[in-house]
Amino acid sequence: MTLQLVLLVAAALFAVGLYGAISQQVVVMVMMGIELMVNGVLLAAAALWYYLAPVVDGQVLLLVVITAMTVEMAMGFAVATLIHRARNSDMTDDATELRG
Amino acid sequence: MGLGEVVAAVLFWVSAVVAIVAGALVFRVDSMARATYALAVSFVAVGVAVLTLRQDFIGLVTILMMIMEMAIMAVFMVSYMGMNPALMPMDMTHAKRPSAAIAGGVFVLLAAAALLIPWPLVPARVPSDLIVRIGEALMGSKMLVMLTVSPVLFVTIVAGIVLTSPRGRYDRFGDRLRERPRDPEGGGVGR
Repeated sequence: MTLQLVLLVAAALFAVGLYGAISQQVVVMVMMGIELMVNGVLLAAAALWYYLAPVVDGQVLLLVVITAMTVEMAMGFAVATLIHRARNSDMTDDATELRG
Repeated sequence: MGLGEVVAAVLFWVSAVVAIVAGALVFRVDSMARATYALAVSFVAVGVAVLTLRQDFIGLVTILMMIMEMAIMAVFMVSYMGMNPALMPMDMTHAKRPSAAIAGGVFVLLAAAALLIPWPLVPARVPSDLIVRIGEALMGSKMLVMLTVSPVLFVTIVAGIVLTSPRGRYDRFGDRLRERPRDPEGGGVGR
């Protein structure tokens, strides 16, 4: 278990999430892809902390990353609700115009 | 390498494989409910991987938070798509091949960076009282971070309510905000 191998795992998670975020049409599925990408970032940051600089500052940064995941989920669901109410759909193709 | 390190390494690789496979299954299974469960498994596996890197607090927070998030996500799936599309086979994708090509290219780029960068490796010396130090940092030297995160989360709550509110200010009053609102039923203080 080395830093490089852990970063490879994180890169794989990020790439899988990127594929989902680009290829999916349902808003919630796009959010799942973004969540996977952020999870890859979280794992990479955890590995960099462990192997390069195991000090408390890095843990606080990881907490900020987790907060960003939470905010992304909350805002994503809010926008999905708005689209569903306005268009009776949850597809990204129905959200190409920024009007209600 | 001691027994503990061997166990940690084995646990990490098992969780890493589970995280990647379950993450890929999210976009391969034919129902959204199954996709949600696959994502939950992937997140828990990442949390376990973080635990093997001796970050108990972050790993545990990740596992607990992601289980709750996926439970909420499953409810949203079913409520927006109805029971049938959420639980029955479906395929709602576009541009699969370009997406796979872009994702593959990004992976190659990131993998090359991970392998080619000469990382300044140092022996891992994780403090034994890490959680205590995190708590002291959050309540002391890193207080500004928490003071910034708190209003961000509060604004998120307000923005979420504003976006999801079925009848907003302009729905009630129209363009004339100083006149009487067009409520289907009267009520409210002073109206």
